[in-house]
Amino acid sequence: MARSKEVAPNVGRLSRSQVAAKRGLFKGKKTSTAPAKTESPAHTEKTVGGKANGEKRLVPTNKASKYYPAEDVKKPKVSRKSAGKTALRSSITPGTVLILLAGRFAGKRVVFLKQLDSGLLLVSGPFKINGVPLRRVSQAYVIATSTKVDIAGVSIPETVNDSYFAKSKAAKGSKEGEFFGEGKEKKAFPEEKKSEQKSVDAALIASIKKVDNLAKYLKASWGLSKGDRFHELKF
Amino acid sequence: MTTTTATSERLQSTFKRFVEVGRVVLVNDGPSAGNLAVIVEIIDHNRALIDGPTTSVPRQSFPYRNLILTPYTIASLPRGAGNGAVKKAFEKAGVLEKWQSSGWAKKLAARKQRKNASDFDRFQIQLAKKSRREEVRKAYVKEKKASA
Repeated sequence: MARSKEVAPNVGRLSRSQVAAKRGLFKGKKTSTAPAKTESPAHTEKTVGGKANGEKRLVPTNKASKYYPAEDVKKPKVSRKSAGKTALRSSITPGTVLILLAGRFAGKRVVFLKQLDSGLLLVSGPFKINGVPLRRVSQAYVIATSTKVDIAGVSIPETVNDSYFAKSKAAKGSKEGEFFGEGKEKKAFPEEKKSEQKSVDAALIASIKKVDNLAKYLKASWGLSKGDRFHELKF
Repeated sequence: MTTTTATSERLQSTFKRFVEVGRVVLVNDGPSAGNLAVIVEIIDHNRALIDGPTTSVPRQSFPYRNLILTPYTIASLPRGAGNGAVKKAFEKAGVLEKWQSSGWAKKLAARKQRKNASDFDRFQIQLAKKSRREEVRKAYVKEKKASA
């Protein structure tokens, strides 16, 4: 509790994760050995003035705290629960055509490839058909249709995982410079991502082309128009 | 009321469909909605006993307001006929075949199909409509040029 000073009984100033971050245990196993502890006696003898005081007195080296709780303080139960893997909606299976509802590609119809470890859905437009690249989406922002694309021939490279989508950290410039657009150079799209996109999409497009109008369907975007009763629509 | 008077009255009346034993009805409500059944017995002014052994409508009393009279009757059906007899008579009369080839049934089926269409189906319908429009437009222009 040293880092997280209590603001109320058993309530630290910092959260569990903040304490963990401050402790920095994640930085790896400590190899250095702890300095040898010097045993200090519990009490030291001191001479005191005043005849009535008996000249000498045992004084504790570590003074006991003056404070003690007047009432018993309840300790919160330690939870042993951990978050499980996100359950996939039963209507979403590999190959399902999804309609994206939020974000830059809202309204686009895309193909679901697999669920990533984070629980997010890996989708592809395919890029050549409707401009949607390999992308992560939450299943909450998606309509699952009953249309399925056969993705038996599609192999997804191991490299396409959650870290594939992590943003690369760019060196921070001054805020003023950022405001005026200084030092901003548009980075070229990484070649390996391009090739991964192509390798995933090649087999996907081949199986899409086997079904009439499916490519056209994926290219068209979805939307509601006048007279569409959303609650009565079936997807 | 005997059958003879009923037929003579019918000759003068504009009404063509009557609530009567043997009348084939379309169930319009409840779990068997959309299926055909036969009136087996008239209970009172509000309800009839209906039965549809071949159309999976269980024998039950049903209010008239949730039944639609069809033009078909099974004339030979006696009052209060049992389940087996109804089945036999229904099949013999060939009502189901007549019903399925009728415009009414086809319209209902089409409506149902449209309602259950998936997103992809709707998209394909849109494409089909588009191409139909195009064909009509082309034919129209051609005809117009020819007549001018």
